[in-house]
Amino acid sequence: MKVRNILATKKGHLITIDAEQPVRKAIAMLVDNRIGALLVMDSTGKLAGILSERDIMRTAATDEALFDRPVTDIMTREVVVGMPQDDVIAVAHTMLEKRFRHLPIMDEGQLIGIISIGDVLKIQRDAYRGEVDTLETRIIAKGEE
Amino acid sequence: MSPIGTATQPLRVAIVGAGPAGFYAAERLFKETELVIEVDMFDRLPTPYGLVRNGVAPDHQKIKSVTAVFDRVAGNPRFRFLGNIELGRDVTVDDLKEYYHEILFSTGAQTDRPLGIPGDDLAGSYPATEFVAWYNGHPDYRECEFDLSQERVAVVGVGNVAVDVARILCRTREELMKTDIADYALEALSNSQVKEVYILGRRGPAQAAFTAPEVKELGELADCDTFVLPEEAELDSLSLAAMANADRADVRKVEIIQELSHRQPSGKSKRLILRFLVSPTELIGDEHGHVRQMKLVHNELYATEAGSLRPRATDRTETLDVGMVFRSIGYRGVPLPGVPFHESWGVIPNNGGRVIDITTKEPLLGEYTAGWIKRGPTGVIGTNKPDAAETVENMLEDARAGRTLEPSHPTAEAVTSMLDERQCRPVSFDDWKRLDEFELNRGKAEGRPRVKFTRIEDMLAALRS
Repeated sequence: MKVRNILATKKGHLITIDAEQPVRKAIAMLVDNRIGALLVMDSTGKLAGILSERDIMRTAATDEALFDRPVTDIMTREVVVGMPQDDVIAVAHTMLEKRFRHLPIMDEGQLIGIISIGDVLKIQRDAYRGEVDTLETRIIAKGEE
Repeated sequence: MSPIGTATQPLRVAIVGAGPAGFYAAERLFKETELVIEVDMFDRLPTPYGLVRNGVAPDHQKIKSVTAVFDRVAGNPRFRFLGNIELGRDVTVDDLKEYYHEILFSTGAQTDRPLGIPGDDLAGSYPATEFVAWYNGHPDYRECEFDLSQERVAVVGVGNVAVDVARILCRTREELMKTDIADYALEALSNSQVKEVYILGRRGPAQAAFTAPEVKELGELADCDTFVLPEEAELDSLSLAAMANADRADVRKVEIIQELSHRQPSGKSKRLILRFLVSPTELIGDEHGHVRQMKLVHNELYATEAGSLRPRATDRTETLDVGMVFRSIGYRGVPLPGVPFHESWGVIPNNGGRVIDITTKEPLLGEYTAGWIKRGPTGVIGTNKPDAAETVENMLEDARAGRTLEPSHPTAEAVTSMLDERQCRPVSFDDWKRLDEFELNRGKAEGRPRVKFTRIEDMLAALRS
């Protein structure tokens, strides 16, 4: 099971924000799109970082004026990036161990999507459900192998 | 417009492709209690069940028992099977839009990705899926010829298709006699000169896609010794570290592979060798353009940023003498006429099963997809059940919101008349059950689970009799 199997059933519409935009706008975009993180792009259109709900919460705890600050001030700069051919199980462990919930996906230098820990959980849940279902069918079946 | 999904105007759904995803989608649609739904399931073959009939290996009969679940779905009075009707040949997507409120594409993945190396197209180099379809009696592939006079064969890939192909090549006639393998394949394989089969994986034992039971079975063949090279069975440091997080099933798989690396030859007449950390770089042919050798490069593993272990070529190479090559590095879907297609992944672009325009990413009204053509070829048969359920949830949501096609002839009778006018003779599910009985009876006479019809004209002739 690969990351591309997750991306295949997603819209693939990238929701990005410019690094100099205010956090207020970022929050509105997160709410409007019902997502948990935004990809932050620099002025040349390259991935500069990722802004997650966590980043906003962490800043909000100490800075009540965060709404007017530019996204670049509070985003996470060290972004782990995945590829379509990454194994989902390995990605799941990396997300758990490094404690992040969103993984941008690049293919041959192009940003092509983002997957969330929820996407990873869903495909694994479905894989396990499918295996249980298939095993049950086989066990119940009559006859020899 | 009158409401859709009532007894007077049922929600009419066309499912294109009668494999597991199509049946699971129909099953989920019929569980809906608020809407009255009718399903017409099309397939280009006269027979249903897709890869359960034409892909699952003939020596794995128990896996095929899932057809009992599909038969229950087909027993619903609001279900029709319209076999031997092909999208593009007999009907188009635009035609279907005139007869159905929603269309679901569940056509699966029928072909292999090429290796993309020099010599890929030499004689004797075949897609593994063609061999699978051939030995399973798929009417489109019965005329394929495989040069079974060769003694040494390489199967590239370590997924379940690769394992099936290698196992079938190594089975004895007696073992195959107990299966529903196609008659002609039984004869050809009985006369096969194949002595040595290599399964080639580009990563290590811990990353192989086959399962523990599949590899265990390889070690239990009646007249074939199975080996792993000891140096390739050992895990590298990255794989060892990753095993700390591995499932029990993966740990067991590695244990079985390592057990095979300690095996001594027991004098059986065939040999199956599982190789790891090698990639073919070239197929070399003789003066007749027939494959004779395969160049391999040895790989090492490296960890990607996201943590998966990928192969990287080293400077170590070797040459393997082989007269036949099966490539099995991944199924891929084929485009359907009039339906968007993601070329590099071989799937229909979609958002949770809603087909989307590849450029605008906006959903196409009334068009849906499920199964391998939706997510890519991954998982077991049962994985298609939650996959199809996700799509059907979205179909129902759209139907309740009135977001459906507006067909001008939304009745079963109108479809029958349209097919009639085009002189198409669909095979019904009752017809299929008759064919099924013929096949089972023919099998009984020979002490086999079934003897398949492998020509469409034979199937149709049997139905006329």
